[in-house]
Amino acid sequence: MRSRTTRWVAAWLLLSAAAATGLAWILLDDRPLAARAWFTPGPMTHGHHQIELACGSCHTSPFGGGAVLQDACVDCHGAQLKRADDSHPKSKFTDPRNADLIALLDARECVACHVEHRPEITHPMGLSLPPDYCVTCHRDIGEERPTHAGLGFDTCASSGCHNFHDNRALYEDFLLKHAQAPWLLPAAKLPARDFAARWRSTHAAAPALQPDHPGDPQIVRDWLETAHADAGVQCSDCHAPQAQAWRDQPDHESCRSCHAVQVDGFLAGKHGMRLAAGLAPMTPAQARLPMHREAAHRELSCTSCHGAHRFDTQYAAVDACLGCHADTHSLAFKDSKHFALWQQEQAGALPAGSGVSCASCHLPRVVDDTGGAESVRVEHNQNDTLRPPEAMIRPTCLHCHGLGFAIDAMADPQLRANNFQGRPTTHIESIDMALTNLEADRVRRRARPAE
Amino acid sequence: MKRKHSYRILLGLAASLAASACGKAPEAPAGTGEAKTISAKTMADALHAVMSADRTVYTRLIVNRLQNEEKIIKASEHWKEDKALVLPAQMFRFGAEMVAEKNMPFSYSLQSLWPINKQNAPKTEVEKAGLQFVADNKGENYYAEEELGGQKYFTAVYPDMAVAPACVTCHNEHKDTPKTDFKLGDVMGGVVIRIPI
Repeated sequence: MRSRTTRWVAAWLLLSAAAATGLAWILLDDRPLAARAWFTPGPMTHGHHQIELACGSCHTSPFGGGAVLQDACVDCHGAQLKRADDSHPKSKFTDPRNADLIALLDARECVACHVEHRPEITHPMGLSLPPDYCVTCHRDIGEERPTHAGLGFDTCASSGCHNFHDNRALYEDFLLKHAQAPWLLPAAKLPARDFAARWRSTHAAAPALQPDHPGDPQIVRDWLETAHADAGVQCSDCHAPQAQAWRDQPDHESCRSCHAVQVDGFLAGKHGMRLAAGLAPMTPAQARLPMHREAAHRELSCTSCHGAHRFDTQYAAVDACLGCHADTHSLAFKDSKHFALWQQEQAGALPAGSGVSCASCHLPRVVDDTGGAESVRVEHNQNDTLRPPEAMIRPTCLHCHGLGFAIDAMADPQLRANNFQGRPTTHIESIDMALTNLEADRVRRRARPAE
Repeated sequence: MKRKHSYRILLGLAASLAASACGKAPEAPAGTGEAKTISAKTMADALHAVMSADRTVYTRLIVNRLQNEEKIIKASEHWKEDKALVLPAQMFRFGAEMVAEKNMPFSYSLQSLWPINKQNAPKTEVEKAGLQFVADNKGENYYAEEELGGQKYFTAVYPDMAVAPACVTCHNEHKDTPKTDFKLGDVMGGVVIRIPI
């Protein structure tokens, strides 16, 4: 009897060990990737769904708890928050004087507001709290700001008012500085890209006239017409960099040797985040936005937009986007005034920078100021300014439009959907409130007896 | 309202914190294997001495000199956009935020009974009493204990004075200031240092 029980126990132990080994293999090995879906507690947000099966991107250690997750959040999003002058950094919540507020909303960790795998409680922007959460700490704002008395706390984050993290185009002095700007600026133009000029200023290579590798005549002709050939960039510089073995299809790492900032931006956005997580490239078939059916299986890389050998930035700025994206906004683009300006610029009827392509808004031209010298780069993380809509105002809209118009336009969902055909039908009162507050200060000072 | 505190803290820690304002912290001298201790009050006073010195130097020798005397560059709340100097109060706050990120056993902030940003108004009872005390008793500090979020703290409040004309003009002219008649040498607020005990 005892030996029979022993056999059953041994069999149970063996089966359990085998099952545990199998499950651990699924979790830790790359090969049975799809099977990892068994372990996900629920679908992820629009921001992370692409890397849902790369569990280790966030759960970097099985035994770290909240601290591990927090480190993972900061690892990907920390630099972006720093650049945005985050209005609610962690230090605001670790200050002991705010301990009473922490008891109500412990925002020391990102997951306090951004819980993953819980679509049933997740709002836009990946917010998993009720949208009126500002009331927790700013209940008395109506007393401090009479213009805010009686406003609902579910309207704080309305486009053009406040953002929890990024208020670079929404703070009061900025509103006042741009309060009188017309809807269209007299010098409406994008800053000119200057990467090629800067590269030439630091590299003395002569233009390449002959390829250093035999190839298809059409490919050679395409290459000879590019800035690459003009800058002396040879076939081997991309296909066999640093004397490596020849690769017919170089990946983004080859581009990195000259375009590191652009590649980093690409990997940080939705086009490249799967590659950054060690997964197969993103394809439109995996997207949650509407995409053209025929584009479903295209793999995203640098050359999927820029086109190998030709590297045509005009193609990359419009047709590459519209070749995949089929949402209402994208489909309406070619009927917009922005596109008409783009066509006129391409035809030479308007100066460079006058037209507006998809890239003009979604891959904004950022003016950096390092060491007193300004330079212009194209931000290749197209998600950096995509959500919330007002995030696009300062880096993009204000090149051509006044702040008041831009705030109203970005707050109008219909206008966003039809690609800005028409005038805003909504009006956000943030500039009006700032002007009211300024006038109230003037009245107070006039009423004060002379000192 | 001064109390005696016996909270024991490693002397080496306090010394390295104080010296960290100058860059690399010094290594412990050889032969000091036995840890010595100091009180929370001494640690707070030492920290404040460094903060106050740095703050005064930045205000007088950088901001007031370059903006008001030599008129070379302005200081602005929106320093990045205006390509200007960081305001002295921002300099102090950014330092406090950087320290907070390092999980050090103390925290500090700049507060006022007349804050431009209402978030910097006193909030706890000790802050309220301390800021009023340093405003009413020029040159004196305020020390107390308080419990916040289940944790006991030694809290010290030090007067923050208008050490340069730039302090007075900026605060008096700011549209959000509740007080427009500050004068050089006035107590404009207080530095609050907290040490968990």
